Amino acid sequence: MAELAAQGKQPEVLFWVGCAGSFDDRAKKITKAFVKLLLKAEISFAVLGPEESCTGDPAKRAGNEFLFQMQAMTNIEVLNGYEIKKVVTACPHCFNTLKNEYPGLGGHYEVVHHTQFLKQLLDQGKLKVEGGQFKGKRITFHDPCYLGRANNEYQAPRDVLTKLEGELIEMKSCKAKGLCCGAGGAQMFKDAEAGNKEINIKRTEQALETKPDIIAAGCPFCNTMMTDGVKNKEKEGAIAVMDIAELVQQAEDL
Amino acid sequence: MGAYVSNILFGILFFSLVGLFTRNIRRVIRNIKLGTAANRYDQPKKRWLHMARIALGQSKMVRKPLSGLLHVIVYVGFVVINIELLEIIVDGFLGTHRVFAPFLGGFYNVLIATFEVFAALVLVSVILFWTRRNVMRIKRFWRAEMKGWPKWDADIILYAEVVLMGLFLTMNASDYWLQINTQDPHYLTAGSFPVSQWILPLFDGLGVAQVVAVERISWWLHITGILLFLNYLYYSKHLHIILAFPNTWFAKLAPQGQFTNMPEVTDEVKLMLDPNADPYAAPASDVAPSTFGAADVADLNWVQLMNAYSCTECGRCTAECPASQTGKKLSPRKIMMDTRDRLSEVGAALNKGKQPNANTLLDNYISREELWACTSCNACVEACPIAIDPLSIISDMRRYLVMEQSAAPTGLNNMMSNVENNGAPWPFNRQDRIAWRDEINISK
Repeated sequence: MAELAAQGKQPEVLFWVGCAGSFDDRAKKITKAFVKLLLKAEISFAVLGPEESCTGDPAKRAGNEFLFQMQAMTNIEVLNGYEIKKVVTACPHCFNTLKNEYPGLGGHYEVVHHTQFLKQLLDQGKLKVEGGQFKGKRITFHDPCYLGRANNEYQAPRDVLTKLEGELIEMKSCKAKGLCCGAGGAQMFKDAEAGNKEINIKRTEQALETKPDIIAAGCPFCNTMMTDGVKNKEKEGAIAVMDIAELVQQAEDL
Repeated sequence: MGAYVSNILFGILFFSLVGLFTRNIRRVIRNIKLGTAANRYDQPKKRWLHMARIALGQSKMVRKPLSGLLHVIVYVGFVVINIELLEIIVDGFLGTHRVFAPFLGGFYNVLIATFEVFAALVLVSVILFWTRRNVMRIKRFWRAEMKGWPKWDADIILYAEVVLMGLFLTMNASDYWLQINTQDPHYLTAGSFPVSQWILPLFDGLGVAQVVAVERISWWLHITGILLFLNYLYYSKHLHIILAFPNTWFAKLAPQGQFTNMPEVTDEVKLMLDPNADPYAAPASDVAPSTFGAADVADLNWVQLMNAYSCTECGRCTAECPASQTGKKLSPRKIMMDTRDRLSEVGAALNKGKQPNANTLLDNYISREELWACTSCNACVEACPIAIDPLSIISDMRRYLVMEQSAAPTGLNNMMSNVENNGAPWPFNRQDRIAWRDEINISK
């Protein structure tokens, strides 16, 4: 972004990569897939790179409002400095925080989730999926809490999957009743409390009931949790856990 | 003078029991006002709609079709049959009998017939409700927090409704019998009795005086029962029949994922980030030092406290909660029940003019283990049929633990220090945020 700004240019959209998308090896693949799609669709975009910092979501959910607001205000200063109008992100937690919690602190942007963005690109014909690579493949979609219940977006990821011509099969708890993967509310970073089962195992069992070829996700943390769950069930050879962006990228054969 | 004994008795009964209820409702309102401020008066149009849809229209109840349908029957039945209550009260004061009948003519028959049909439907529904709780033993009614009083409370409500409906139908049946079998103008021919006519054979062989006694006794027991039941609300989860309405009106309308930004923190953070701020400036003296987050009921806002009084312990939240489903201690329903219990404890002390004891909602009622098990997934909020928000209480109590006590679990402390130092929850170098670019086969 700094380079673009130095040239006096303004991108159409800022891609907020997020910490998982920047550092986590699995999530970096999602970042790369999404970037390839943006390039293919000839979208003018930028990333903040080293100037990006955690949105503060995990701190806020953990209860550290100070740290959250420090992060938020620092980020808002950067974003406003570059006069950013529109932000796209592949992480529902960043999405929720940027969209809902930044405006109150002076950060007003049009924020979209990457599944919404990809749906638009497909609708506009800027991306085309051909070849029917997923024809006959059973795909089940795991709703991220912070995209679904938190922000009422259930349809965009499903629309993208339908365009891929896969066979979309719903789990018994889906959409508003979707079960959490177990990572939200900063649980990703701590040990679970004592219980009789890990949440991600329970959710993976629900996914396996649909006998899927692919478990589609729209969140890097859900992706990790479901991948771990599938490994726990020793199904990693048969079932792939993939982000919506990766599926579109595969269909695009990029 | 003796003729007026029953009118006077009725007046005493009515005013003392309605008066007691009014006093108790005032206490509920006083207790709710112990909460901190929250502005929930914005967007009134949206709020009326929200209440109309969720409370009046029961839109969330019917997401579970069977219990939803049964609940709608009992709810509509309750509202409809209460129209009859108006006549009973007027009769009680004036010593009249079926005072509305002459004014309403044929429509009166329609009304009474409707009440009877609903009374029968309510009876059936309540018996099914009882069966679901006690015979089918549906899991959400049998979790740990339902032991003891909450279990009793739920059953007492169902028994009370059976008794009240039974008395209503007996009262009608005996009245109908007297209409047919006596020429006493007091028992004017009025009403239509599609249900209670089937009870008539029970009175075979009884004399007029005995049936008059049955009619009077069931009339008195019915109205007394209703007034007692009204007073029972204050002690019971059944208070939801009133509070569901304001509770949905004052509910959070923002997206469920949006947590509040604490304004008192914003002020301090702005000061910290402002290079021109005078670090030695005295804080504005009129600002009382506040607690960050919530340790006790008085730290919660009044909407959260109203939520606690509104909860009817159906447990749909807990049934949907990922932590509860996987055997963790957290149960969103228990969060609400604990909040109400603690608030009642504080209120009871205030009633006696005493200071509340040293207990707090945190630790004495809600354990830290419960609070840290939440994934903030909003399943509980989504599931609640009357828009209660247990997550906001969990979040406020976590804020207290972290900001007042620095008592977060180790993993979270590590995460937070990473965010503070590296701008990411993991200990990676900020410069490497863009490292993925080198792993992609594209020219920049």
